Amino acid sequence: MASLEVTGLTKSFGPTHVLHGIDLAVEDGEMIVIVGASGCGKSTLLRIVAGLETATSGSIRIAGREVAALEPAERDIAMVFQNYALYPHMTVEQNMAYGLRIRGLPKAEIARRVAEAAGLLGIEALLARRPRQLSGGQRQRVAMGRAIVREPKLFLFDEPLSNLDAKLRVQMRAEIRRLQRRLGVTSLFVTHDQTEAMTLGDRLVVMHAGHAAQIATPMEIWARPADTYVAGFIGSPAMNFLAGTLTEGGHAVALKAGPTLRFADGPRTGGEGRPLTIGIRPEHMDLAEGGIPMPLDLVEPLGSETVLHGRLPSGEALVVKLAGPAPDAPSLPVAFPASALHVFDGETGKRLDP
Amino acid sequence: MKRWLSSLGPHLWLLLGVLVFATPIYITLIGSTHDASTIGRGDVPLLPGSHAVENYTAAWVSGGSGRFAVSPASRMLLNSTIMALCIAVGKIVISLLSAYAVVFFRFPGRMIAFWTIFMTLMLPVEVRIIPTYQVIVSMDLFNSMAGLTIPLIASATATLLFRQFFLTIPDEYVEAAKMDGAGPMRFFRDILLPLSVTNIAALFVILFIYGWNQYLWPLLVVNDRSLETIVVGMAKMIGTGEAQNEWNVIMAMAVLSLLPPVAVVIFMQRWFLKGLTETEK
Repeated sequence: MASLEVTGLTKSFGPTHVLHGIDLAVEDGEMIVIVGASGCGKSTLLRIVAGLETATSGSIRIAGREVAALEPAERDIAMVFQNYALYPHMTVEQNMAYGLRIRGLPKAEIARRVAEAAGLLGIEALLARRPRQLSGGQRQRVAMGRAIVREPKLFLFDEPLSNLDAKLRVQMRAEIRRLQRRLGVTSLFVTHDQTEAMTLGDRLVVMHAGHAAQIATPMEIWARPADTYVAGFIGSPAMNFLAGTLTEGGHAVALKAGPTLRFADGPRTGGEGRPLTIGIRPEHMDLAEGGIPMPLDLVEPLGSETVLHGRLPSGEALVVKLAGPAPDAPSLPVAFPASALHVFDGETGKRLDP
Repeated sequence: MKRWLSSLGPHLWLLLGVLVFATPIYITLIGSTHDASTIGRGDVPLLPGSHAVENYTAAWVSGGSGRFAVSPASRMLLNSTIMALCIAVGKIVISLLSAYAVVFFRFPGRMIAFWTIFMTLMLPVEVRIIPTYQVIVSMDLFNSMAGLTIPLIASATATLLFRQFFLTIPDEYVEAAKMDGAGPMRFFRDILLPLSVTNIAALFVILFIYGWNQYLWPLLVVNDRSLETIVVGMAKMIGTGEAQNEWNVIMAMAVLSLLPPVAVVIFMQRWFLKGLTETEK
């Protein structure tokens, strides 16, 4: 168990810059989820921490020890791969024991650790089988077991759930979280799935184009996204964005779509007419008398809720999520509750707080 | 009924194929059980004769009599087996290691090394036989098992096959092994070799037979009777016509020379089947 500090980490493949200076401090026992679209550099970051890639510059400290120059095996870490990477010719037991055997641990100690991890994961009955005789979920457990027996300072997960079917993924997600809490091992978990990220992480790192766009707790990221990218990435359906300009001395925004909305939490800086992007989550939208009429393109009933897709008179697309069924009408009036507005700079996309 | 009829054609065709392949072997087998004069008359007997024991004894113990006598089959079979084994094992070891280097390591000149190996594909033994002979003689390897086998060991084909196979090994195995702390040779031994077993078995059969059937090179580089291989020895027993050939002994020798390759194929077949049923992913 240990902390992880990443400072000023950059990575370039030739002229292509993949990571532009990542700073991240992970506390002892914390589970950090690195989330982002494909190609944002999240896997590269993980692989650099693992030692499978070398950083162009920057430092990585695990439990205070600089590891950038160390081999992966010397970093005291364990990794769970996307395709599990179980050695096909070895039994489950041999797979789990292989790293320990190389380290030269005594046989009795290896057997003890393997038995313990197998018990923890409920795979005792599978120890004599080979990976191809296992189902996806079982392979996933074995891959976890292989990581656990090493008793590492740091767990690295590289999209370990993406090869499982939806139901199993939810189940394994909870299992990983429970296990990680129980073992208390500091963990880095890479995923492109925001639900996975929200449910697993103590904190999230939202990566965008080689930058850490925001590092915060899931609720903080959801409630106060740092920029329009994060705001659009986290939350489903994605946040609505509407163009507008600052007005009334910074106290309100004049939406391109028509209405002028007063900020509930105080004025924003900047002159009249400063371009803004207003974000509002679909679930925060209301239907109200006197709202902007929105013709509907598509209604998606999901049982407990209904998702409406429409287009405002300004041409901007809007998604509204209602609790319960929607009134049957070709066009519905929508309102923007002032307390649910997120204000971003219209040019940089950065969050503007009062 | 209809099904039976429709499968008749293919079966007849297959039967014809079997006949074409099996008849020469059958005639050789039968010929090896008659005495020299029966075959010498030009008859092609189709039923076994009564001289099997003496023919095979002659082949095994003395290697024939008269002008075209060669080393006994026991000696030549041993030589051939050693040669074929050395060639097959040597080729597999060399090509496994070179393919491993080419696929898994980044070193300067890697592609040059690969293409150099690849180019030798275009130069079979027969093409480079004179310079090779020169090299072997100047290395003082003439008339030795080393001289017989070493030039045949360097193998582009096997290297290519292993390279193609290694390229299909997922990078994640390499990475998992790195995380487990397995060094390059450990990875090779513990993970790559076990995964390559079926490929090695298949190549072993092909290369063993390739080595076994070598004719021109052993003919050139060995003139010591005690190093004679059976393929060369058998050919030497067939004269140019000025004296009668001992066809009965030659045929017995031919049958004996078939046995080791057949044994290798039968033995290795188990590995093939294992490889086919237990497809590694």
